[in-house]
Amino acid sequence: MRRQRGLTLALHMALLLGMLLVIGPFVYMVLTSLTTDNFSLPSPYKLMHSSKTIQNYIDAWNKNHFSRYFVNSIGISAVTMVLSLFLATLTAYGFARFSFPAKEPLFKLFLFSMFVPALLNIIPQFTILKTLHLVDTYPGLILLYAGTGVVGGTFFLRGFFERIPTELEESIVIDGGGKWTLYRSIYIPLSLPAIGTLGIFSFSGTWDEFIVALTLIKTESHRTLPIALQLFQGQYATYYGLFFAASMMALLPIILIFLIFQKQFVNPNMSEGSVKG
Amino acid sequence: MVKGLKQYWQVAPYLTLGFLLTCVFVLYPLAKGIYISFFDYKVIQPSLSEFVGFANYRQALTDPTVYTALWNTLLFAAVTVPGQWLLGVIAATLINIQLVRFKVFFRLIYYLPVISSWVVVSYLFKFLFADGHSGIINYLLTDILHIVPEPIAWLQNRWSANVVIWAVSVWKGIGWVMVMYLAALQSIPKSLYEAAQIDGAKGVSSFLNITLPLMRPMTVYVVINLIIGAFQAFIQVLLITRGGPLDSTHLMNTYLFKQAFEYFNFGYGTALSVMLGLLIFIFTYGQQRTFGRERLEY
Repeated sequence: MRRQRGLTLALHMALLLGMLLVIGPFVYMVLTSLTTDNFSLPSPYKLMHSSKTIQNYIDAWNKNHFSRYFVNSIGISAVTMVLSLFLATLTAYGFARFSFPAKEPLFKLFLFSMFVPALLNIIPQFTILKTLHLVDTYPGLILLYAGTGVVGGTFFLRGFFERIPTELEESIVIDGGGKWTLYRSIYIPLSLPAIGTLGIFSFSGTWDEFIVALTLIKTESHRTLPIALQLFQGQYATYYGLFFAASMMALLPIILIFLIFQKQFVNPNMSEGSVKG
Repeated sequence: MVKGLKQYWQVAPYLTLGFLLTCVFVLYPLAKGIYISFFDYKVIQPSLSEFVGFANYRQALTDPTVYTALWNTLLFAAVTVPGQWLLGVIAATLINIQLVRFKVFFRLIYYLPVISSWVVVSYLFKFLFADGHSGIINYLLTDILHIVPEPIAWLQNRWSANVVIWAVSVWKGIGWVMVMYLAALQSIPKSLYEAAQIDGAKGVSSFLNITLPLMRPMTVYVVINLIIGAFQAFIQVLLITRGGPLDSTHLMNTYLFKQAFEYFNFGYGTALSVMLGLLIFIFTYGQQRTFGRERLEY
């Protein structure tokens, strides 16, 4: 018993130590964002002892259309997430529960594209959107994000769908339900944890996306948050408090969403126990 | 034949949209990229582009910065892939032990860096590793721990700058590995362990004989993803060092980006990206073949 208590203590100490390393940089960021008049990086002494204020947050929110970019990013990320989830569940269902000629080669082709450096695809992608007259528009940006996300999402969900026992379909099939009904009333509800997880990936990926938004969006008022942050860093290079306040505000929505969704975080064994032999 | 067509007809409503978008935004750009790499490509007026055969590829072989970038890329993978994997697995294993409380809390904290914006954490680490005593890392190393006598000019030297880049990349990736393994660990049916316990196996031996073998598909998945991620790393280098000082910290990705978007050598840039793609393919091919085929079966 005593040995077990010692072990428990050691385990928690190890986890706490790791936690300090993980969270230390965030603590530094929060402290700096609450310290004003930092024309140089605040000394550790100043960080600990100067009075704290949220003035930097108010200033950052009102500077450089930051609030505007914030709203832009929320909208774009939300729409991209919904569209991506719709596409990924459909495509994954197609691969999981249908048989058709050349299915696996097609899937391999899909996978292959995941191994290709995405960076220089930007040039051809740009020309395509130009032909469609979608450069510098939100639909163009969202289509590009959703389009490049299909493969990853499909790969992620296919496994989950295939692990759902086909016995579950029987009652629906007996009632005369088709594939579409199965997709809606079995595969989507039973995969909610996986879909939620994918949703978080999608949202935070879009929220964070930098290079495509930089090349595609020209109109100043259409910009997204990562670009706003980069501009902040360039323009107010020595206002560290201001920059970190802006950064904190950029992080918060993602952390919130994660907190809301996290109870449903990937648990591939959701369907276990729903069929009793 | 007829049966095949009928099957396509049935699956079409589910696959068409996703397939179309993938073709338009992923596969076609990929093919176009390979095509561009054989040209002296003029992005303003593509019709003036000149076919140059393998000239872009030959240029890459004689470009000393390519070798620096390649070396940095390989080192980056060699450091960050095992680093993230090992620390992530340790975190997952510890959190999954029955004795540990506040599991949800620990998982949440360790996952924070993963969901944080790359732009934010890149700048954050740039400031953490700032020169002189005002950089908090320097302050810790010199004034608190007395490990180094003088503050290090982290971003002014190739190797110390690489250390900063590796540090942020490992730090940010641990949580992802942890979450993947936690999910896999929790999906192992308890009945397996109970059965093993009846047969007299517990603790370490059930870990070795049940947990590890069942983790194999997850390990393949995680490691492949880490390797791909490492070879595609980009934004942290762009924002922390911009490839400097003197082009010494470039990865293949940042260097090809510089060629394409600063010098407008799109042909050369795409040639470099094709080479990087081949490199990724070579490094993941062995595992790729088992990829997707291996599934957890109980």
